[in-house]
Amino acid sequence: MTQLALVIDLNVCVGCHACVTNCKQWNTSGAAGALTDCNPYEQDPNGTFFNRVQTFEVGAYPATETVHFPKSCLHCEDPACVPVCPTGASYKRKSDGIVLVDYDKCIGCKYCSWACPYGVREFDEERKVMTKCTLCVDRIYDMSLPEERRKPSCVLACPPGARLFGDVHDPESEVSVAIRERGGYTLMPEANTKPANHYLPRRKTTVTVRNEELYRSDNPHKIDGAPFDETLPPATEELN
Amino acid sequence: MRPAFSVLFLTTLIGAGQGLFITLFFCELLVGASLPENFLLGGAVLVLVLSALGGISSVFHLGHPERAWRAMTMWRTSWLAREGIALPAFMAVVFAYALAHWLNFGHTLAIGVIGVVFAIVLFVCTGMIYAAIKVLKEWSHPLTIVNFIVLGCASGTTLAAAYAAYAAPDLVAGLAKAAFALTVLGLLTRAVSLWRNATLRPTSTLQTAIGIRHPHIVQKAQGSLGGSYNTREFFHGKSPAFVRGILVALLLGSFVLPLALVLTLPLLAFVAQYLGLLAERWYFFAEAQHPQNLYYQGKS
Ligand code: SF4
Ligand code: SF4
Ligand code: SF4
Repeated sequence: MTQLALVIDLNVCVGCHACVTNCKQWNTSGAAGALTDCNPYEQDPNGTFFNRVQTFEVGAYPATETVHFPKSCLHCEDPACVPVCPTGASYKRKSDGIVLVDYDKCIGCKYCSWACPYGVREFDEERKVMTKCTLCVDRIYDMSLPEERRKPSCVLACPPGARLFGDVHDPESEVSVAIRERGGYTLMPEANTKPANHYLPRRKTTVTVRNEELYRSDNPHKIDGAPFDETLPPATEELN
Repeated sequence: MRPAFSVLFLTTLIGAGQGLFITLFFCELLVGASLPENFLLGGAVLVLVLSALGGISSVFHLGHPERAWRAMTMWRTSWLAREGIALPAFMAVVFAYALAHWLNFGHTLAIGVIGVVFAIVLFVCTGMIYAAIKVLKEWSHPLTIVNFIVLGCASGTTLAAAYAAYAAPDLVAGLAKAAFALTVLGLLTRAVSLWRNATLRPTSTLQTAIGIRHPHIVQKAQGSLGGSYNTREFFHGKSPAFVRGILVALLLGSFVLPLALVLTLPLLAFVAQYLGLLAERWYFFAEAQHPQNLYYQGKS
């Protein structure tokens, strides 16, 4: 059985909000209608988003680290939001595990949002229905797109590539390997909803800089051939 | 949680209605022969009015009330759907009960038994809507259902005493004593749940919420400038002093005043108890701490 999901690497996320913007852009342009924006250019702008990036500071100054934390529906394997829905508008697809809301059936009772532990469902104040991340179900199967573009908008937008997408039930998929080898974990496991989305923790990142990388190939010395001693450590003017 | 006003009215109104119906049934069962004419009919109409008002106020909770019928479809899994069926079913039985009394059909006790069963089923459905939400530990406990039943019966019996003061003076003393006893019981069960909720320890922490083990984590941004559904729906936004005020109002209104008044001024006792139960329901929402709030602890 397939369970599609996102895997978000907190070691890579730089908190740029590109995923938020592209998610909003894709999902406000779809067949389901615009995602509400209230007071977009006034005080207290707010609106409906399927994905938000939060920021936390971990540790006490000066030993602090900034952690950017993208949060969207986790497409739980045992979703608390689905059985409580009185209309059947909230459902989990058997074929790929995506949890969706049928906007034509939802009566806007908000009960599902009370049952979800994670606060990732947002009631749309204009359409008066419950909304949430669709895992971009309207693009990941779109055969008119080239295969490498058949991914969620947020994944495609992420500049450093912090978001991975795939089938977490396929042990050989990119996401399963990442979860296995990079310590993937789920949020609030004690809520027993078995989130499909996973997060990859911070880890020690070391960058090896080789000496030849410090000398630019278009360094003026190399162009005009002026003499300089390669045994010396690089000086600022050589790098400029 | 932010108290949802339509739900406060729904649960207090239908609760009083169900309690009143159960009381009417016992009046008929125990002293049926000596009841004044039309006492039970008038009472049943009062139950229907309360339930209908509750039903109407619940509609204001919905984003799409015109689709409300859909809320009955998922009765296999959803307690909200079950309540959506149980409320009209209860009202239908009460209507049949009123009709049987009005037209002298007979079999009123048999219909009454069905009505009492439906009233209790409806209490359980209403309570389970809240008790079934596992992540809300304050609600997810049998006491939630017990309180819905006991407080509904207490207010319904107080209302029955007030109604009897006009329609069946002989009954007032007995009904007032029953209301007194049920209100004392309600004070006990609600006090236990107030104490339990005040001393609950949350299962989830910011550490499990974002999966970072460090003891010192401070939130710097919530992913929105002007708030979001998450900051509106799950926080009541009132000061601790206001919440304490509501706690006093709920204790005075639901219990102390009705106990002091019901034996002498049952109508005033009911008015106080109804307002007190509105405060009780407000507090019921306000005391529930949703784990999603862990993601909305601060910004800078
Ligand atoms: S994260 Fe919440 S809304 Fe999404 S599937 Fe899980 S319980 Fe449902
Ligand atoms: S708000 Fe809509 S999706 Fe959520 S429980 Fe109610 S009907 Fe179902
Ligand atoms: S998968 Fe699609 S809907 Fe979900 S957060 Fe990403 S862009 Fe938004």
